[in-house]
Amino acid sequence: MLTLQIVETAYRATLEEQDDPVVWITHAMRSAGAELAVLLRGNAVNYAVAGQDCSGLQLGSWTQAQPPRLAADLSSLLAKGVEVLAVEDDLVDRGIGKATLTQGIQLVTRARLAEVLERFPRIWHW
Amino acid sequence: MTKPPPLTFVLMDAPFESDRTTTAFRLLDAALEQGHDINVFAYEGAVALSFARQARHANAVHGRNEGDEAHPLAREWIAALLQKAETKGLKVDWVNCGLCVDERGVAETIGGVRRGGPPDFWAMAERAANTLVIATR
Repeated sequence: MLTLQIVETAYRATLEEQDDPVVWITHAMRSAGAELAVLLRGNAVNYAVAGQDCSGLQLGSWTQAQPPRLAADLSSLLAKGVEVLAVEDDLVDRGIGKATLTQGIQLVTRARLAEVLERFPRIWHW
Repeated sequence: MTKPPPLTFVLMDAPFESDRTTTAFRLLDAALEQGHDINVFAYEGAVALSFARQARHANAVHGRNEGDEAHPLAREWIAALLQKAETKGLKVDWVNCGLCVDERGVAETIGGVRRGGPPDFWAMAERAANTLVIATR
């Protein structure tokens, strides 16, 4: 059953997990044959920004070797045939310009959100 | 030069759940960098930060084996802070809430972490210049 994953809470242990847990489980289920789409809303729209770089975490002598690459993880979801959407109004509210976004992410206005949600027989809100 | 006063931190989030944990560890590292002794009271889910059995794993989604993934483990972050403190001649008093440990079955901790309770937290706060609570939301 086609399922929409709505990601609203952003940066939830992303440095510890080296990814976003919802994006990760979407990848894992997609690889197992699941039909999924992702909608970024609220603070999670920032995941769509291509130029993120959170490398350099160091605690004492411990240095992070594999920082999360959230935009790249969305790109690879797109490459696997997963539709990725983001709420345009949430981008505007945060001053995030369209030019900064990862290619292939579709924008949807709040006014059209209900119409988009109607396409999905199952929706999980994270 | 006068040594900076000790600082106390209360952590409450479990590992691998919130970026507040990473921020907390960055603050702990920064406090040591500035020469403060630090006290940490790990409460509720945060008692699992020092659990000795946390293990690395490969990650098929990332396409990396266990070694290349180099998955962060909070127990290693604590160990790194303890080592940093020792190198700088500072003290880290890391106390896990004992009842929280029992509830979760995470009594097996790395070295340098001790079991305690709310009276320890109170004592830590009393001997510190300030106390920062980083609570679960």
